[in-house]
Amino acid sequence: MIESVRLHEPTSFEPGTPAGGEAVSSGSTWQTALAVFTENKLAVLGVGVVVFFILFSWVGPLIYHTNQVSTNLVIENQGPSARHVLGTDTVGYDLLGRLMLGGQTSLEIGLAAAVLATSIGVLWGSVAGFAGGLIDDVMMRVVDTVMAIPPLFLLLLLATMFRPSVGLLIIVIAIVSWLEPARLVRGEALSLRTREYVQAVKVMGGSGRRTVFRHIIPNVAGTIMVNATFQVADAILMVAALSYLGLGIPPPAANWGGMLSNAQDYIFAGYWWQIWPAGVCIVATVVAFNFIGDAARDALEVRLRQR
Amino acid sequence: MTAYLIRRVGQAIIVVFGVSLLVFVLLHLLPGGPARAVIGPRATKPQILAFDREYGLLKPLPVQYIAWVVQVLHGNLGFSYKQNQTVTSLLEQNVPRTMALAGTATVLALVVAVPLGVYEAVRRNHVDDYVLTGVSFLFYSMPTFFLGMILIIVFSITLPLFPPTGPNPALPLWGQVSNMVLPVATLCLVTIALFSRYMRSAVMDTIIQDYVRTAHAKGVPNLQVLVKHVVRNALVPIATLVGLSLPWILSGALIVEALFNYPGMGYLFWQAMEVEDFPVMLGTVLIVGVMVVLGSLLADILYAVLDPRVRYS
Repeated sequence: MIESVRLHEPTSFEPGTPAGGEAVSSGSTWQTALAVFTENKLAVLGVGVVVFFILFSWVGPLIYHTNQVSTNLVIENQGPSARHVLGTDTVGYDLLGRLMLGGQTSLEIGLAAAVLATSIGVLWGSVAGFAGGLIDDVMMRVVDTVMAIPPLFLLLLLATMFRPSVGLLIIVIAIVSWLEPARLVRGEALSLRTREYVQAVKVMGGSGRRTVFRHIIPNVAGTIMVNATFQVADAILMVAALSYLGLGIPPPAANWGGMLSNAQDYIFAGYWWQIWPAGVCIVATVVAFNFIGDAARDALEVRLRQR
Repeated sequence: MTAYLIRRVGQAIIVVFGVSLLVFVLLHLLPGGPARAVIGPRATKPQILAFDREYGLLKPLPVQYIAWVVQVLHGNLGFSYKQNQTVTSLLEQNVPRTMALAGTATVLALVVAVPLGVYEAVRRNHVDDYVLTGVSFLFYSMPTFFLGMILIIVFSITLPLFPPTGPNPALPLWGQVSNMVLPVATLCLVTIALFSRYMRSAVMDTIIQDYVRTAHAKGVPNLQVLVKHVVRNALVPIATLVGLSLPWILSGALIVEALFNYPGMGYLFWQAMEVEDFPVMLGTVLIVGVMVVLGSLLADILYAVLDPRVRYS
């Protein structure tokens, strides 16, 4: 009987990856990574917080109606009450409604800027790393140059030169953020270049473009995803800083950073409801994305260890 | 060592050249060009033309670039009509104060973060590590201005210990130490969060090295292994990491200066931004870029001095 002739029991049930070969995105390897990720309680908490804020920002206003368009100086600076759950701000807007609106801008801009920055960075880095030689040198010196200028200075300068709308703001943040993924991907691409399967593609007559898109990029996908999560966290902080310093989108649009900037004038008056909720919102979203990023990085290590 | 130095300095020179090119390009990307930047948004066409002719802006761009670089090397970074001073003199007044702020904060942060990182790494997976790393994480994720506001609320309002604004620019800094405390503390806390993260991973990477195992096996006391082998070796990459953090620290300084009205380079930049004083903004970006490049160069040289392996790669 076949069942009794089990001479070679598999010693582990881990999905095998071909020795010295590519990390093929077979279902089982990603499933293991997902399993590690979900075991990490902080990551699950992070995801929960992000989902909460998405619902809070977009579904919230449908339930809790407030006037976010016209100011009403009669009711300015009121504390929390039944009518206005978190009080009103310096020009009479309902604060809780403002937080929801602010959540929309922060999340929209944060996510969009991260996606754009990662896309540019990945392309730049893969091309530089794969091409090597002089092209790589030149491309990386460009990265070094832009990196030498502190991001906030460059951000403020660009935002002053080209008064941004939401779209332009996303582009400006992406311009400052694409550097890190570019560096990361270039490093990985450089090391992948020497692998046999990449050289095989060349031998078989595959074009450079084919190699970059079908072989290099999928193999740095894990690193890219981890970095993209951190990009979102950083972008949210940047949007907040820009709004705080006065360069966000003008009212009646709202942003958590801008709300804190308004509240600062009244810091001695003790209007705590104008300060703490907005600040806590920023910290909570950023911490959530950082948790997710950290957990994703740990899950990625597990996947790499199986090679 | 010399080959490494030459290569590294060469790289720095290229980046400085790149920064100057970037600033020059941005200057010309301004709607209306440099003329508009200097005269103001209400410049009329004939005014712009006259300005262009006078300042040689009708010549081909590469020629202009060289002329501009020559001016910069002579110390001429433009003139701020809004403040009625040369950009250079404005920077001369404000950069030292920012360096006082950022320098103090960075040194203090290192003094705290290095032992903190070591402690966290040694005590990993224990409660103390979780708590400390968690708090560090929280500070790292907090927007700097919010942290500053919290410090003001606690230490200026609830407990009236320190003033909530920065020092008076007309008086020397060292006479106004209490005005420096909160700005330095704010910048310091976020920097500690960043550095202790680096330090913790560096120590964790070092602790598993073979030579540490050997030292333990030889019977070297635990504390000595820690200090003589682990910390000494973990500190080496920290030099480069501090160099890499300079842009981040300077951005943080900008926010702190805006929050506390601290009269430094960041505050100057922010005020210039509010009135669209482009000569000041562009001049500051150039100088800041050069400072960062010099800082990273020094950090990398220090790294090469501390770690002989780097010099031969």
